[in-house]
Amino acid sequence: MMDILQIFLSESFWAASLRIATPLIFGVMGALLCERAGVLNLGIEGIFAAGAMAGWMAVWLGAPLWLGVGAAACAGAFFGALHATLTVPLGLSQHVSGLGITMLATSSSYFLYRTALPDVTSPPRITPFQPLDWPVVSDIPFIGPVFFGQTALTWLALFTVLAVWWLLARTPLGVALKAVGDNPDAVNAQGLSVYGLRFGAVMAGSALMAIGGAFLTMSAFDAFFFGMVNGRGWICIALVIFASWRPGRALFGAILFGMFDALQVRLQTEAGAVVPSQVFLMTPYVLSIIALVLVARKADYPRALLQPWFKGQR
Amino acid sequence: MEKEIVLALRGLTKRFGPVTAADDINLTLHRGEVLALLGENGAGKTTLMNMLFGHYTPDAGHVEVSDFKGGMLRLPPGHPQAAIDAGIGMVHQHFTLAENLNVVDNILLGAEPLFAFRRDQKAAREKVRKLMEDTGLHVPMGARVGELSVGERQRVEILKALFRETRILVLDEPTAVLTPQEADGLFAALSAIVKRGLSVIFISHKMREVLSFSDRIAVLRHGVKVGEMATEDADRAAIARMMVGAETVQPERDSLVPGAPILAFEDVHLRGEGARAGLKGASFTLHEGEILGIAGVSGNGQTALAQIISGLAVPERGAVILNGTPVTAASPAAMIAAGVGRIPEDRHHDGVISAMSVAENMVLERLDDPEIQNRGFLNKPAMKANAERLSREYDVRGPGISARATLLSGGNIQKLILARVLDRAPKLILANQPTRGLDFGAAGEVGRRLLAARREGAGVILISEDLDEILQLADRILVMHSGQLIETDSRDRAAIGLLMAGQAA
Repeated sequence: MMDILQIFLSESFWAASLRIATPLIFGVMGALLCERAGVLNLGIEGIFAAGAMAGWMAVWLGAPLWLGVGAAACAGAFFGALHATLTVPLGLSQHVSGLGITMLATSSSYFLYRTALPDVTSPPRITPFQPLDWPVVSDIPFIGPVFFGQTALTWLALFTVLAVWWLLARTPLGVALKAVGDNPDAVNAQGLSVYGLRFGAVMAGSALMAIGGAFLTMSAFDAFFFGMVNGRGWICIALVIFASWRPGRALFGAILFGMFDALQVRLQTEAGAVVPSQVFLMTPYVLSIIALVLVARKADYPRALLQPWFKGQR
Repeated sequence: MEKEIVLALRGLTKRFGPVTAADDINLTLHRGEVLALLGENGAGKTTLMNMLFGHYTPDAGHVEVSDFKGGMLRLPPGHPQAAIDAGIGMVHQHFTLAENLNVVDNILLGAEPLFAFRRDQKAAREKVRKLMEDTGLHVPMGARVGELSVGERQRVEILKALFRETRILVLDEPTAVLTPQEADGLFAALSAIVKRGLSVIFISHKMREVLSFSDRIAVLRHGVKVGEMATEDADRAAIARMMVGAETVQPERDSLVPGAPILAFEDVHLRGEGARAGLKGASFTLHEGEILGIAGVSGNGQTALAQIISGLAVPERGAVILNGTPVTAASPAAMIAAGVGRIPEDRHHDGVISAMSVAENMVLERLDDPEIQNRGFLNKPAMKANAERLSREYDVRGPGISARATLLSGGNIQKLILARVLDRAPKLILANQPTRGLDFGAAGEVGRRLLAARREGAGVILISEDLDEILQLADRILVMHSGQLIETDSRDRAAIGLLMAGQAA
């Protein structure tokens, strides 16, 4: 018991929680944007891989780090546009299209990686984003290492939450976006473009997902591995429901998951001799399932989620 | 005195394949005038309005609006934004509101530039408040639309249209979901705005409203304008003849002495779902050869009542007695077996299985009948014969009995359901909103069928929002409001309307 308390008091635990949460924050904001506009994007798992691959590849080829982030965003927007084309004007099943995008994006990322590097045995490394070194504030005990010892991408993630919240709560575009996920007929009757809004939301959301993937290869690690996304995309889909489609609660959910994961690693070292490590590996997932069951029953779905809309039909 | 023309439809024509939905239609609308557009379903009203709004591109003809300087401006075809910019606003029959957004957001949606860093919330609210003052249409501004009553939602729809400097307002069946009082309030508010120069095109089935609210009436039939007259020169029979194209026979209720009790509710309670009321102590008795009309606005417990009679819900308290046997917790199959015929509220969703054929849908409730099914195999020739006979007797028209039910029009789906239900000669018929959305001819047919079943000795529960229909068909009237039933002897619209609004008469 004392050991757990010890963990919660250590600054490295909190720093790790925020670091682990970072890709989830990007992913969950991306998924939230798509779903608020009425489109479920199950391509997220593959878009993470594509972003991880594209960002890393750009930097490996000599681009500066931020250009790598841009490349990842473009890769995400590309797959987002594909998903939007299939599900918005063509109205295909969002589940089927999304799963297809996941498979396509994942395997094409691997394919590209193998084609570019046919015979490397250990993945080549890049110089990733470094922890920021702020004057004065970085030296504050506890707060300093937890917040100001993070890389620029973690700060970008937190800023993204703020931006998405502002967009949805404070701007006309955000109102239109929420409306198109609630009742596309309302949007159409006001002379706004249902397709345009949904396309934009899915592309922007997918770009955010891909930046979440890029965080893995450009900040958390320094190379690209197969299977490195490891279900993070699916966790984001669950977190959006947990958050009832609200940005603030989504941030909370992502950090909560980060905490479970950080805790799990530490419990393994503490009690690994007695309990098999797999038990700890699954704790974050078990806990998120429990959290989801408790919250999701009351979740307030965007009413037009999964509903295709066709012009000229009522 | 002829007022300035604000809108002119010139020779609008629209063809869908071999069908001409609108044929060379000319209409003009003057400033401050209310023009009623009458016609049966499929007469071309919606097609015409969709062309006016640019949702459809006409095959011939065009739309002109006044340019404020005495000239007329031709609208580009197929351009909704152009119609909105020209000051044309529309209130759809099915509300186009985003229920998860609040009133202000719904009104401002699309009326402001999309890409702005922020919105001046205070100024926006002030503008909406002023509009509410000016029009007398008040709605709580910060409320989510999902929390509003139907009447309030309609006000939001109208405010939304008027917010954009609308000169021409099109109302598509605006009172379909309102109580008589709400409807009167709506017309009073609109009349005030019309006096200040708003022009209104008003689509309706309800003769009473058309005669009291409009200045001029245009009648469409089969895509052709068959008549146009000043309202003061119009009379009911003449308009009905024009709409249907033949003399209409209103179903007549002959006097009958009711027989033995067939269905009794004794202090039945059932919790409602979401915003809809359940039942709070409903008690009544229905006799053979009697039509019991349940008047009231949807969402006041009608669904709970219908579900109990259908066997889809079990009351929490109280007893339901059918033919002397308690059926309080009976399953739908047991209710059908006990002789209950059900005409569901949502005929497309609950009445037919749209992916199945007409013939299959016609035997849905007889699948254990040896004539239809033998040792687990369907008797196809018997199904075909059954479907052909019923289609003939009940005049179900469509692409044929092996076509999928989804290809039938609303009126024909209802005839299919009537055929399936009434052919079994049920002792109790639950008719839930049986004529909603049906045109004159089809609605009259439903009424005649129900009266015929009554003559055969069936008891009928008629749940309807259309007070005229209840007054016409029902032997006794119960008014439903927030889960409670009040019997009334009154046949007076205003008195029943007050009960529908929850005020004791």
